[in-house]
Amino acid sequence: MSLTNYLVLAAILFTIGAVGVLVRRNAIVVFMCIELMLNSVNLTLVTFARASGTVDGQIMAFFVMVVAAAEVVVGLAIIMSIYRTRRSASVDDASLLKY
Amino acid sequence: MPELSPADGLIASSWLLIALPLAGAAVLLLGGRRTDRWGHLLGVATVVSAFVLGLLCTVQLDGRAVDVDLFTFVSVGSLDVRAGLLFDPLSAVFVLLITGVGALIHVYSVGYMAHDPHRRRFFAYLNLFVAAMLLLVLGDNYVALYVGWEGVGLASYLLIAFWYERPAAATAAKKAFVMNRVGDVGLALAIFVLFAQLGTVSYAGVFGSVGLLTGGTVTAIGLLLLLGACGKSGQFPLQAWLPDAMEGPTPVSALIHAATMVTAGVYLIARSAPIYDLTPAARAAVLAVGAITLTIGAVAGCAQDDVKKVLAYSTVSQIGYMFLAVGLGPIGYVAGLAHLLTHGFFKAGLFLGAGSVMHAMDDSVDMRRFGGLASRMKTTFVTFGLGYLALIGFPFLSGFYTKDAIIEAAFDRGDGWGSLLGWVAVLAAGLTAFYMTRLMLMTFAGRPRWEPGVHPHESPPVMTVPMVLLAVGSVLAGFLLVVAFPLEEWLAPVFGAPTEAEHVVAPLTVSLLVTAAMVLGVLAAWVFVGRREVPVTAPVRVSPVTRAARRALYADTVNESLFMRPGQWLTRALVFIDNRGVDGAVNGLAATLGGSSSRLGRAQTGFVRSYALSMLGGAVVVAGVLLAVTVG
Repeated sequence: MSLTNYLVLAAILFTIGAVGVLVRRNAIVVFMCIELMLNSVNLTLVTFARASGTVDGQIMAFFVMVVAAAEVVVGLAIIMSIYRTRRSASVDDASLLKY
Repeated sequence: MPELSPADGLIASSWLLIALPLAGAAVLLLGGRRTDRWGHLLGVATVVSAFVLGLLCTVQLDGRAVDVDLFTFVSVGSLDVRAGLLFDPLSAVFVLLITGVGALIHVYSVGYMAHDPHRRRFFAYLNLFVAAMLLLVLGDNYVALYVGWEGVGLASYLLIAFWYERPAAATAAKKAFVMNRVGDVGLALAIFVLFAQLGTVSYAGVFGSVGLLTGGTVTAIGLLLLLGACGKSGQFPLQAWLPDAMEGPTPVSALIHAATMVTAGVYLIARSAPIYDLTPAARAAVLAVGAITLTIGAVAGCAQDDVKKVLAYSTVSQIGYMFLAVGLGPIGYVAGLAHLLTHGFFKAGLFLGAGSVMHAMDDSVDMRRFGGLASRMKTTFVTFGLGYLALIGFPFLSGFYTKDAIIEAAFDRGDGWGSLLGWVAVLAAGLTAFYMTRLMLMTFAGRPRWEPGVHPHESPPVMTVPMVLLAVGSVLAGFLLVVAFPLEEWLAPVFGAPTEAEHVVAPLTVSLLVTAAMVLGVLAAWVFVGRREVPVTAPVRVSPVTRAARRALYADTVNESLFMRPGQWLTRALVFIDNRGVDGAVNGLAATLGGSSSRLGRAQTGFVRSYALSMLGGAVVVAGVLLAVTVG
């Protein structure tokens, strides 16, 4: 398998994630799209680590996973409490913090 | 200048002269209402004790010049100003004049201000004035003199505006303060030049080395000192504030604006004699100022209806005589100072008399509403009359000796200018007799023209006793100072031993001339005022000369059109530039920034997805730029 295939796959995953974040209103879906983007980055890191024969990229990928796990905990809690008060998980409804 | 001797005996404590009235002022001002009941007594006590101390110091002086070194006042770099006092024959006569006349006027004020609710404040300011004036004449350097100079200016301002609820008094005080400031700038500049050129401001240092300066510098110093003297002494071209200063209580007019403060200019020029000795040009300017002022004052005095204004213009004119005398140089110093002392007596007496008349006439000052007061107020009439005779130079009263001496000195100059000055002075002596006789006739003689409801009465003894003492002084001072105990010999350590001048015109001729002018003036006043009925309102159809004299030869008009109006225009232009230009630029910048930031703030919509889009856009741009930089 050549390096390019992994990178193209990672790019496709990242794009799907980014577009999902921009176009979807449901907070849970937006959240999953963010996870998708993080994991596409992980894929890139692991690919380059494998290609260069070092473990730096793999260590970095572990860090990303840890950060992602922490983020899931905090993010889901916020989404839960917003849903409880507003009876909606739409990100467009929570738009009070503005000019 | 004679050798300075160290302080000993009582003179070592001559700082008490200043400290006593200053402490009085501090107690009265800081003590507040608590001191209301006995405040005036404290005020009188401090000045009387200062007078006694001054008298004892003078007795111990014995022709020396004693330097009392107190402490370092300013020590910055090469500027080292000691706070020291110089007690010499010249400052001794001033100390006696200030504390002596001052004490009498303090006593008089106890009665004059008896019904004023703010009598304590009045005495506090009077004490402050006496302290500042004593510092002015006792300081042994120009900086100490300047501190006293500003102190008397402050006291004068506070006292003119003592009845500050009257708009006229508040305005007069402001006018006096501003015009004095013009003069003070001159004095300050003179001190700056002295320090820049000589590196010292003490009298001993300056007079010792002033000879090393070039003629131009000395002339500049002399002219700047003259400007300061003109401001404080109400001399041309800064004379217009003095008549307005009469808005203050009458004891203030007597003490500050007749007997003492306004003579500070004469003191300054006499004290700076070693400087003026080197600069004939500045001395000629002093002469010109004196001659012009004595004429202006005499002419303006002839047409005033306000009794205090007549006396004020008379003061302006008499100080003009003193300037003329000290401008003549060594032949005139003593004559000028003798006139200063006798003038202090009779003018203070005249003002106190005028105050007594005002007291009787419900504070009216309009002479057209007086008349026939001689029989109602005998003591006032007699004391005022003696002061009047002394002022117009009635033979063998004090004005006769001292004014003649000045006119003699003018003729003794020997050249054409000298005789011109002499004749001007003789003419003004005639005018003096005219306006003072007019005042006497309108006030004390003729039919009563009183306002309805006015019941004139003699003032209480606390007021008449000082008037009697000053009247005695007015009669005797001239004889004492010129004949019995010549001031000339007393001041010899300061101005050099008296020399018998070569008289160009015999003294007897001068005396006859002045007496003839006086008699003519009195007769003219009798013809124009005494013989006729005085109208209770001033006639409207009068000659242009009278009209000009009523307005003091348009001094106020000139000041207003030359300085006040252009000053106001300048202020208005500056305010406009400040509001529209400077403020406009600053406000405009602020408004632009505020507006654009609130417009930028609209980008904060609150929609998370639009923020995400802008983040993505930013990341793409950064990535694009990095790509362009690394690859391209």
